[in-house]
Amino acid sequence: MARKLLLEHINVPGINTFDVYRSKGGYAAVEKALKTLTPEEVVEEVKKSGLRGRGGAGFPTGMKWSFLAKPEGVARYLVCNADESEPGTFKDRYLMTYIPHLLIEGMIVASFALGAKTSYIYVRGEMMPQIRILEKAIAEAKAKGFLGKNILGTGYDLELYVQPGGGAYICGEETALLESLEGKRGNPRIKPPFPAIAGLYGCPTVVNNVESIAAVVPIINEGGEEYAKVGIGRSTGTKLISAGGNVKKPGVFEIDLGLPVEEFLYSDEYCGGIANGKRLKAVVAGGSSVPILPANLFLKTINNEPRLMSYESLADGGFATGTMMGSGGFIAFDEDQCIVRNTWNFTRFYHHESCGQCSPCREGTGWMEKVLHRLEHGHGSLSDMDLLVDVSKKIEGNTICPLGDAAAWPVASAIRHFRDEFEWHVTNSAEAVTRNYGIAHYADPLTVTA
Amino acid sequence: MKVTIDGIPVEVEPGTSILNAARQIGGDIVPPAMCYYSKLEGSGGKCRTCLVKVSKGSEKDPRPMPKLVASCRTAVMDGMEVQNITSPEVIEARKGIVEMLLINHPLDCPICDQAGECDLQNLGYEHGAAKTRYEFDRRTFEKIDIGDKIQLHMTRCILCYRCVFTADQITDQREHGILNRGDHSEISTYIHKVIDNDFSGNVIDVCPVGALTDKTFRFKNRVWFTKPVEAHRDCNHPNCNGKVTLWYKGEDVLRVTARKDVYGEVEEFICNECRFDKKKTADWMIEGPRKVSNQSVISSNHYETLHPLPVVKTNPVLKEANQEQFERDTRL
Repeated sequence: MARKLLLEHINVPGINTFDVYRSKGGYAAVEKALKTLTPEEVVEEVKKSGLRGRGGAGFPTGMKWSFLAKPEGVARYLVCNADESEPGTFKDRYLMTYIPHLLIEGMIVASFALGAKTSYIYVRGEMMPQIRILEKAIAEAKAKGFLGKNILGTGYDLELYVQPGGGAYICGEETALLESLEGKRGNPRIKPPFPAIAGLYGCPTVVNNVESIAAVVPIINEGGEEYAKVGIGRSTGTKLISAGGNVKKPGVFEIDLGLPVEEFLYSDEYCGGIANGKRLKAVVAGGSSVPILPANLFLKTINNEPRLMSYESLADGGFATGTMMGSGGFIAFDEDQCIVRNTWNFTRFYHHESCGQCSPCREGTGWMEKVLHRLEHGHGSLSDMDLLVDVSKKIEGNTICPLGDAAAWPVASAIRHFRDEFEWHVTNSAEAVTRNYGIAHYADPLTVTA
Repeated sequence: MKVTIDGIPVEVEPGTSILNAARQIGGDIVPPAMCYYSKLEGSGGKCRTCLVKVSKGSEKDPRPMPKLVASCRTAVMDGMEVQNITSPEVIEARKGIVEMLLINHPLDCPICDQAGECDLQNLGYEHGAAKTRYEFDRRTFEKIDIGDKIQLHMTRCILCYRCVFTADQITDQREHGILNRGDHSEISTYIHKVIDNDFSGNVIDVCPVGALTDKTFRFKNRVWFTKPVEAHRDCNHPNCNGKVTLWYKGEDVLRVTARKDVYGEVEEFICNECRFDKKKTADWMIEGPRKVSNQSVISSNHYETLHPLPVVKTNPVLKEANQEQFERDTRL
């Protein structure tokens, strides 16, 4: 069993309280960073670790931190993006519920590294229990002198606030999050300027995912180079994957990046295979926004190499035959699932969550949803697939924020890989309402499941 | 800073946007803009019709930009090379945007007061397809009266946010914004609160489509039957200089608008008294007829072609046959 870096003590009773967390070696990273390291050294450690943003884009966190502008006399902010709303992703909620002090500890270290005196955790509005948990944890840490004025006598001051969002998916986009945090309508800003130059209240700001910030704790405790030894290539460290769909054991798993997907899907340590003895049909590897892959392409790349759970391997083959790591929302579909219905469901989500600011996304998501609704309910035509591909192309890359891309990719990939299922929905429309297409030629290439 | 747009070099100030650099060159290479408004701070970047391709980032960093960029919100860099109408990718993307803008637009131009001076109409004419591929019900809203002089017809709105910026920036308090999100978004005053402000009428002028219309002009006339005349008056309002365009039909002033430049942008905002209450020639000092682009439907004032086709002029048989038409045209 691989070593857990984030969830090592997750099963210890009472780990959500300060005392138990502290007794298990918690807040050692704060002591180490504040007492023995300079902020620059902390940034350097994170750079060395090769940690990549865990929120979806996979941008190196250390690089992001070093881009932060540091003008004299201007406040800097660290904002933790806990607006986790990607369908299929629930790792941050899990982490905040069970081990909130890990996030608080990471926030203190990261704020110290960036020189932020005020930091925010922007939590999605639906997660009220987690907001209360975090507020309680912050109060505990403050009572013990890990937050507030003159932390541990080092002269470093930090105030940490939890801000509930309104529950909009778009507020997970960093500039929309900042707008929302400022109390405005959560519309993404037009970049440039990037938040590292002008973010919250016009000041330099870093926005990081919950998991990225939590990962700073083991990086400081063990050293960046040690952390970089875990994982494979440029995908270093461990990653929380929230597995869902038709797997035997859905839940949040911490994996070393570079784990073969076959092992992740079929070994009893992780997902435990497909539920009810069914066969695998398709997988969405990183949350609803990433391209869907049929089973054969998911388990093996186009070059017939086994696919690994890493940023590079999942993206192998580009969008034609690959997908993305995304935010780690792993959704498996068995042979009884309907890809058309699933695509419609995703698109319905993006239609509902589009902020309505820029025209391609505002109008295009609604259009795609209507066409897919028609296809799913047996009123489609064969030209609809080309129409959908064309509309998705016109949205992709032409919008202010990545929501447009995220809405376009699942549709384009579903049609690319499952076109015959879409066509079957048109030609056998009466049958399509009553039963599903099944697995067809996307048969599971593995005859024996582990 | 030197920037090249579609092969035409131009020297501009640092910080100029690509769109404004293109406007300094002028002509066909200026990207269309539905939401950008140079007088309104923060506008632009939303409609995506002004997308251009940056084929060379700058002299220092010659890499092209990976995506098409919104020219209204992208600042030029020294040595930047931009492709607008010379890039098939841009033309294709723009065609897509126009289609998206039109799928929920009612296309009720025959009964819309904006027809003839509508940015969306012009854009659709230049870039759109003749037929729509959208086969569903369009989004519709009830008409809302914003005050007794302005009517909001959200069904026609393309959500450019110009009126929101106008209301925010030229008036003291914020009374007007966006409700809901996605394609359910609508411009609204909060719970239909009336915009009561001396400059509220300017939202009509900044609207690129017929979503905000002047109730004192609604259904009075088609704009191409009216004659625009520049005029001014001594306005008592401290922020209004009283320079307007009067739109005449015969001897009657049918409506008063602010003066607009070649890109359809208001030069100076005018107050509501000038706009809604001064509808007599005696109220105004007439400066002279307004110059209207000869491509505009307003300049023709009627549906006929202004000039006979060249072949009619040179071919004696056709000239004979079209004698009456020819005489009328040459008299014009």
